[in-house]
This record gives sequence, C-alpha cells and structure tokens, in this order.
Amino acid sequence: MIGVTAGQSPHASPEAGAPESAPLLALCAITKRFPGVVANDRVSLDVRAGEVHALLGENGAGKTTLVNVLYGLYQPDAGEIVVDGRRVRIRSPRDAIACGIGMVPQHFLLVRRHTVAENVALGLPQEGFLRPARRVERRIVELGTRYGLAADPRARIWELSPSEHQRVEILKALVRGARILVLDEPTSVLAPQEVGGLFEVLRRMKGDGHAVIFITHKLDEVEAIADRVTVLRRGRVVATMPAAGVSRRTLVQMMVGRDVQFVLPRAPAAPTGEALTAEALEADNDRGAPALRGLDLAVRRGEIVGLAGIAGNGQRELVEVLTGLRRATRGRVRVLGREVTNRTAAAICDAGVAHIPEDRVHMGVVATMTVAENLVLRRYRHPPFSRGPLLDYAAVTRFAREMIAAYEIATPAATTPVRALSGGNIQRLILARELAARPGVIVAAHPTYGLDVSATEHIHRLLLRRREEGAGVLLVSEDLDEILALADRVAVIFRGRIAAVLSVGEATRERVGLLMTGQAA
Amino acid sequence: MRRLGPLVLEPDPAPPPARVLGVSLLALAGAVAAAGVVFAAYGADPLYAYAVIVRGTFAGLREISEVVRRTIPLLLCGVGLALAFRAQFWNIGAEGQLLAGAVGATAVALFVPLPGPWVLVAMFAAGFATGALWGLLPTLLRLRLSVNEVLTTLMMNYIALYAVAWLIHGPWKGATQFGFAYTDTFPEAARLPLLAGTRVHWPTLAVGLALAAALAFLLARTRLGFEVRVLGQNPVAGRYAGIDPARTLLAVMVLSAGAAGLAGVGEVAGVHHKLLDPGQVSLGYGYAAIVVAWLARGSPLAAVLTATLLGAIFTSGDVLKVALQMPFRVTDVFNGLILFFLIGSERLLAVRIRWAPPAATVRVGSGLPGTPEAGGES
Amino acid sequence: MDEGGWVLATAIRAMALGTPILWGTLGEIVAERSGVINLGVEGMMILGALAAFVVAQLTGQPAVGLGVAAAVGGAAALLHAFVSITLRANQYVSGLALTMFGLGLAGLLGRGWEGRPLLDTLPEISALTYAGLGLAAALWAVFYHTRWGIVLRSVGEMPAAADALGVNVALVRYLAVAFGGVMAGAAGAFLSLAYRPAWTEGMTAGMGWIVIAIAIFAAWDPLRAVAGALLFGALFHLSFRLQAWVAPELLKMMPFAFTILALAATAGGRRGQGAPEALGVPYVTGER
Repeated sequence: MIGVTAGQSPHASPEAGAPESAPLLALCAITKRFPGVVANDRVSLDVRAGEVHALLGENGAGKTTLVNVLYGLYQPDAGEIVVDGRRVRIRSPRDAIACGIGMVPQHFLLVRRHTVAENVALGLPQEGFLRPARRVERRIVELGTRYGLAADPRARIWELSPSEHQRVEILKALVRGARILVLDEPTSVLAPQEVGGLFEVLRRMKGDGHAVIFITHKLDEVEAIADRVTVLRRGRVVATMPAAGVSRRTLVQMMVGRDVQFVLPRAPAAPTGEALTAEALEADNDRGAPALRGLDLAVRRGEIVGLAGIAGNGQRELVEVLTGLRRATRGRVRVLGREVTNRTAAAICDAGVAHIPEDRVHMGVVATMTVAENLVLRRYRHPPFSRGPLLDYAAVTRFAREMIAAYEIATPAATTPVRALSGGNIQRLILARELAARPGVIVAAHPTYGLDVSATEHIHRLLLRRREEGAGVLLVSEDLDEILALADRVAVIFRGRIAAVLSVGEATRERVGLLMTGQAA
Repeated sequence: MRRLGPLVLEPDPAPPPARVLGVSLLALAGAVAAAGVVFAAYGADPLYAYAVIVRGTFAGLREISEVVRRTIPLLLCGVGLALAFRAQFWNIGAEGQLLAGAVGATAVALFVPLPGPWVLVAMFAAGFATGALWGLLPTLLRLRLSVNEVLTTLMMNYIALYAVAWLIHGPWKGATQFGFAYTDTFPEAARLPLLAGTRVHWPTLAVGLALAAALAFLLARTRLGFEVRVLGQNPVAGRYAGIDPARTLLAVMVLSAGAAGLAGVGEVAGVHHKLLDPGQVSLGYGYAAIVVAWLARGSPLAAVLTATLLGAIFTSGDVLKVALQMPFRVTDVFNGLILFFLIGSERLLAVRIRWAPPAATVRVGSGLPGTPEAGGES
Repeated sequence: MDEGGWVLATAIRAMALGTPILWGTLGEIVAERSGVINLGVEGMMILGALAAFVVAQLTGQPAVGLGVAAAVGGAAALLHAFVSITLRANQYVSGLALTMFGLGLAGLLGRGWEGRPLLDTLPEISALTYAGLGLAAALWAVFYHTRWGIVLRSVGEMPAAADALGVNVALVRYLAVAFGGVMAGAAGAFLSLAYRPAWTEGMTAGMGWIVIAIAIFAAWDPLRAVAGALLFGALFHLSFRLQAWVAPELLKMMPFAFTILALAATAGGRRGQGAPEALGVPYVTGER
C-alpha cells in the first residue's frame, strides 16, 4: 500500500551491503558548471549490483544535473565515470546506453501519438528493418511479466495513465539491456498505492542484479526502498551511508543544513461565507473529451481547501474553468456570491480571483518583458496603471518598486527582464502580483513545484496569512504532504468529479490514496 | 554553455543594442558579398555593378529623390508589418493588401465624383479600408480555426493579383486605351501632387512617416500596444492576463493591412495615375517589406531607416537594368540574401563570447537568489 | 469530344500536372515529418526548372537535366537545413528568404533562355508520374512499417525522446530536408522539361505554395498526398479548359482560393491527425 506498508517489508538482497562486491558504477569527482553556479562540485558516488541507492536532496541540489551527466546529456567539466571497473567517456545518450545505463526521466519522453511498441523500438538497432514494432512486442511482454511491468504494446501513449507511462520508460531501458537504472523522482506522478507497485518492480530488478539510482526529495521513500543513500546539498555530497537506521532529522539536516519546520503553526479554521463555488461543472479537455463530469466544490472564506488527485483527472481543466481560461459546457461558478460562469479571465480576475498558475515560466510571466510590466500583467487596464487608452508607466514603476521591496524579489532593477530571475524569484513576483490586492479567492496550482525548502516555507506562510485574513484558497498540489500540512479540508478529484471532501483530521494518506484511484474509502 | 578552447559561449538573454546593430551590419555585408558572387555568375563585374549602384542612388538630388519614391510604399507596408510581427501575426500578404488598396482607390477615382481635395482623402480612406478588408479572411481563419496565416495571406496575394488582372482586362478596361490593359487615367483631382522637380508624391510620404510615429507610440505607451507585445511574446501568458486575442489581432490586422492598402493608393494615385498590370503597381513591395520589418526588428521608427535601405535596393534594380541590362528581379536576389543572412546571424545575437582559458579559478555556487537558474535542476 | 473522352482527357491532364505537385508534396511531407518546415519550395522549384532547362538545352539529355535540377534543389535545401537546424533560426523566415532569393536568381540567370524551344523533352505521363505514385506508396510503407519511419516520425513529434535514445536528431532532419529539396527541384524540372517545355520567368506561378498547403491538407500522409495532387492537378487543368466560358484571370484564381478552402476545412475538421508536434520548433540537443 502507501509508503507505510512498503516500509515494513524486509529489505531483500543481502548482497547489497556486501563490502567485497565492486561497484557496478562509480562517478568520481564529477564537476559541472553553468554560468553563475557550480551545479555539481566534485561529486563522487558508487552503486553496486543488486543495490538501490537513493540520491537525496532538495530542489536545486544538483541531482538531475548529475544524472544528466551520467546519461550523456551534459559533459562534465571534470571527473570521470567508471563502469564495471573501466573508465568510460559518455558523450551522448548513445554511449550511456552502450554502457548499460538507462534513464527514467521525471518528465517522460514519450511520443503521445505512437504506440508503446513504437516508443520502445525507437532507435533500437536490430537485425530487421521491417516491422520493428512487432519484433519488440514479444520482448515487452516478456520483460513485463518478469518484473511486473504490464503494458499493452499496441496501446497508444495518450491512452495510458502516468504510472503506465512510467512502465514504458522502464521497459525502454530494459529492452536496451540496461543494468544500471536511474529513476528521477519517479513517485511524483504516482498515487500512494502505485508507489508500492513501483517498489516491488525495483525489488525484483535488484534481485536480478541490476543497480538502481533513485532520485528523490522524500524521506519516507529513502526509508522504504533504499539500501544506501547519498545526500546532496548545493552541488556537493554531504554524506553517503546505509539507509537503515538513519533518522529523518539527520537526513533533513544534511539536506537543508538546518532544522526545518515541517508543520507551520496555524489557528483553527473559522470559515465565513462563500468564496468560490463550483456547481455541476462540465468541461472538455484539449482533445475534446470530457474532463469535468459534474463537479461540485465549495471553498469558503478563511479556509484552505486542498485538491488532491493524480495528474490527469481534471485538475488542470478545473483550474482553467475557475479562472476563466476554459469554457464550462455546463454548470455554474460563483465567486463571492456572484455568478461568473464563463466570464472572461479578465472579468474573473476583477471579481477578486487570484490565479497562481501551474506553469509559472510559460504562463505566469512574459519572460522577455520587464519585472515592472509583469507585475501589472493582470491589472494593467485599471487605474492607476491605465488612463484611458494610455499606460501610465510612472505609476507602474512606482508600484513595481513597492512590490519588489514588500515581497523581497531579488532583481537588479524594475526594468530587468524577468528571464534573468531565478525560479524562486519569479514565483515571488507572481505572488506579489496576485496577492497584493488582497483578493477574496486564491487559486494556487502547484505553487511550490520545483522550489527549495525555504522558498516553499515562505509560500506556505503567505497562503496561511491570507487565509487568516479571510481569503478562500483552493490549493491544487501533487504533493500530499503539502496538502495535509496546509489544508483545512481535503477534496479528492477523480475522473472529473470530486470523489469526497474530508476534513483534515479525517484525511489520512490511506483514505486519500484510495480515493485518488477511485476506490471508496 | 559551450567551450571552444579558450572561448566560452554563453546564452545572453539581453543583447545590448550596439551588438544588435553590429550583427545587422555584418549580415548586410555578408549579403552584399554574396550578391557580388551572383553578379559574377551572371557575367557582370561586381565592382562595376556596385559602383553603378552607388552612383545611381546617391550621386545627386534626382537620384536620392528616386530612392525616396521607392521608399514610400516600403515604408507604409514595412511599419504595418513591424506591428504585425510584434504580435506574431505573420502577415505575408502585404503585396495583396497593397493591390486591394489600389483597387479601392481606383474605384473612387474613376467612379465617385467628389469635389477638389476630397477625392484624395476619400481615396486614402477607401484604400485603407479595402486593404484592411483583404487581411480580414486570413485573420478570421486564424482566430476561429487556427489556420496558420502564412499560407492564407500568401494565397490572398495571388487572388489579388488575378483580380486586378481581371479588372483591367475586363470591367474596368480603359475606354481611352487601345490594345493595352489598363484603366482610364485618373482625373486631375485624383492625382497626388509631386515634390517640385521630382517624382515623389509627398502626401503619401507624410502619411507614412506619421504612421511610423503613431505605431511607435502605440506600441510603447498605449494599452493596445502593451497587449500586442504580451500576445506576441507569450500568447499563453496573454490569455492568462485576460487579453482578448481576437480584439487585439483584429486591431493589428486592420492597421497592418490598411497600411499596405495606403501604399497601394500612393502607387496608383501618385505614380501611375491609373490601375494597371499588378506587377507594375507593386514591384514586390509587399514581400520586400518583410525584410524592412525584420531588419528593423519590429520597431516602426527603425523601419523608416530600413525602408530607405530597401528603397535604395529597388532603385539599384532600375539602375542595373539600364546599365547592365539586368532584369529587375535582381532586387529579389538582394532581398532574399539580406533576409537569409539576417536570420543566420541571429545566433550571434543570442550568444555572448567570453575569453576564459580553462585554468580560470572555480567559482563555487552559492545558490543565491537573483543568479540565473542553471540548466534543468531538480 | 464525347462525355467519356472529356473525363478521360481531364484525368490524364490531372495526372500530368499532378506529377510535379505530388513530387513536391511528398518531399515537403518528409521534411515536415522530421519537424522542419520548408517554405522555400517555390524557390527550389523554380531553380530546378531553370537548371533542368539549361542543362537539357546544353546536353540534349533531359534526364541529365532532371538530375541536375534535383541536385540544385537539394543544395538549396541544405542551406535551409543549416540555418534552421544548426543555427536554430526561424524556419519560416529562412524558407521565405530562400524563395525570394530563388525567384530572383532564376529570373536573373534565366534571362536569355526565354523563348528558346526545347527539342528533347520528357513525355508528360511518363516514368516520372508512375515513379511519383510508387514513391508515395514506398514512403507510406517506410513511415509506418520500418525502423526509419519510427525514427523520422518521432523526431518530428518529440525530438527529445529520440535524442535520449541515441538518435542523431540533427542528422535525421538534415536528410529529411535535403530529400524535400531534391523532390522540389525535380518537380520544377518536370515543369520545364515535360509539362510546358520552355522556360519562362516565374513559371512556377505559386505552385510551391500550393504544395505546402497540400502537405497540410493531406495530413502529412503520402497516400492522401496522391489524392490532393490529383485534385489540384485537375483544378489547374480546369482553369485552362474553362477559359472559353469564364474570364481567364478569374480561373487562375481558382487553385489559390481552393487552397484557402482546403486549409480551412482541414483545420476545422477532425482533431485526430494533426501536425507533427515539434514542427517549426528548433531543437536544442542536450547541452544547454
């Protein structure tokens, strides 16, 4: 089941800790620099056959960079890679595959229109020229059975769920004979129950002598599946140790360098009145298929409602309907008591709805425009920024300076183009823009995705403060921990409907997990 | 970031204007050199050809006035396209919109009797309207059906071409012309005054300059200009910002296509005084205007300069025709080469080259806020 | 001419004029399937037409002319490929620039070749027509039933996926674009060697643009491209046949107006087969 049970299974593979077994893979003093920062600073790491080695660190620690070096997507500035005792030069993914390294990326690289077999067969050198998809089907079924990765070779990728996509990625690597498998944050797309299934797959592979590198920032996963763990912080290795018996506190201190508050203190909820209400909402997704099938949800003033669910069950479409970016084919939306169904995005914004978008870089800002212009992106048509058809740039700049100070946005000037800012500062900009006017409703979609712990903490504090001030917050997140830490009530979305709404006391990981996959709890 | 020995190439998000100018000049130089090769292939001495060009475009007042005359339609089409490109509306149809404007102006000139200067005002208005109308269909198709406007605007060019041909051979065939295909000559009142001693129809020039200034102001200081810029740089963020793409795009189209229509008015009312073979009404101004707008990097004010450059190129075509019997098509060779080299040189803009031999000390990253995010981090 | 004879004659002419359209379209489909849009087809066609004509005049061998035309088209396409793939510049503008240049260059160098009749021509319905049909079938087989097909289509849909599996995305795109240029050059050769054995300035008259539109109309499928080519071949032919009844200029508008209609119909229609997802987007390999 969810993490809890997985952790109770005994660790298999007595070989994993055996000191005599030479490492299958060793990264020695890998250094990788980008303009302005050293992403990996003399990182050394080794993995043995039959071992699951967790690579732990918060966002920005350098984990993905390291494995991109391993997979040949980046060239290291210094250091070397040793596979099976031989030094190797990995200049491209082709070399990595030849060395037996396979990668399961965090964002899957699958062609949606093609079948599973076509995706697995892509670029696969083989005897035959004709019908490569057919030839690979047998291998897919074989490997699927062996490791518990059932996948229909003829299914098209767009028909499958994220966990099935993940299986295809793993199969791609296995079909190419990967002995070393790297998984980058693999549980970020899985429901709690599916995590157990993944771990079972990894155990079988471990038993077969594969070496697994498992990137994560979640401590319970380290406890559940890893034999050893290496902690990265700011590009450097802090420590490598056996996973058994290490306390969470120690791991966190190594990851972050200080104690971090897991749960922020907050006053009990005192909700008053209606903030945001959705009634019987129906809407289609981009492909024309129904995404919302009669969804009812109510957020009251002064509370945070967390929306939990596996990606692809309608969260995106719901957020878009609520903020005026998608048409509802049926149903009603009310903001602060007023009907706003299918009004324009501008009108809904004016009605008091703040929208912190999921894709902050591509939707939340115009990267080529200045910080000041981005700060008025949503309200430029109102005074004092606009007078008639003209924009008052003096007023815009004044406002920008206030916001930069108030929300601590680190930028050289108000006229700096936004693309020069770091991800955390871009999010601060967006928060400044959306929250400064004290909106009555806040729709926050994955607001802390990809940010480090201190930025996350900052955002959580901001949201809690707004909640105390009487705003109604809808928090959409894939991070169940975040939802459980912030929400007063937890709504679970499944197949375009709200499966249930639980108070935070009732919302255990088990119950939520079951609801996320459509089972009654 | 890429290393080439002691040099490091880094992506540069905000290239300074000096570098932009430098790279543009480099691209122009490349195009000039390549054109020289083409001249040689044709059998002409490149140096002689360039000497002829310089003499023919700069030598005297008359030559310069010819350059100005050719610049006028390029300026009008070019500033319109600069606006369109800023909105990421790829209007390749300026050629057809110009012809449509010419048709509108001709209709008024020949069939709507108005007193004195009102005829000219009406002709400009009609030309703007018909030009704008000609851009309407591709815009609607893009808004409603997401049809890419590159092909549709292009198709409209060919339709306009044949429409004009039909008009001059058919219903509007001049009563007073025998054996040739053009309409009757415009009455005296419907002809634009010329600058003394030249062939420059100055009212159109004035309109062009005014439009350049107006569009520059629009982009920099108005709400619509803000919306155009946002929509052009990030359409997704534009929707999020509540900008109505339909309203914005239609406004852009009207201005852009209308501007091209005005160019058409200038050609028939200021140069030919009749509607004639479409290939003579527009010598490819609509297409050359793409180069004008691109070289100006979307700035209507810079387009004044780049239009003059392209005007000089068109005048060179005349000059080369006379001096070396080169077909006028040679201007397309220039335009194509300039555009090609411009596009090819844009990489140089996006990249900053630093001298940093490998022995340089390692700067340990601090992960401070404000430093550019490095690659894909997780 | 009786009913049946009229239909047959139209069909034959449709196939004749459909041949260069088909060749051009197949080339463009391959290029776009790899993710690179080539708006330089018109320029490559006219350069091919001129090259073929001149070489055929000089050597007396139309087949040689055809070969040279294909090579010229391929060379021009490689320029486009370099700018679009290696320099990662705007593919739309690069193609437009090449068309402008090609039209100008052909007009310039073709001076003096106008009005000279070509004696050794290619027959209209010839090996080229059948080769076109065969090629369409072969491409269909390659696309959907071979290793190369998966690679080509994946590079156009998600180059990052292909890159991560060791595919050389740039090489695949270069080859696809070069193929497109070769086909465009050959299509132009057909015009000046077979269809209208002569050289006239601007003789492609917008056919290159229609080729690009048909690639969209055919949903990037080689077999549908055959249907599209035949349809437009018939349209072009009709625009000559009906001149007795309708003003010729209005008839010449027909193919272009029809193209707009076709584009509108395709876009508004089913959402199944859309453009290759990475079409027109430069790909940045690994190192950023």
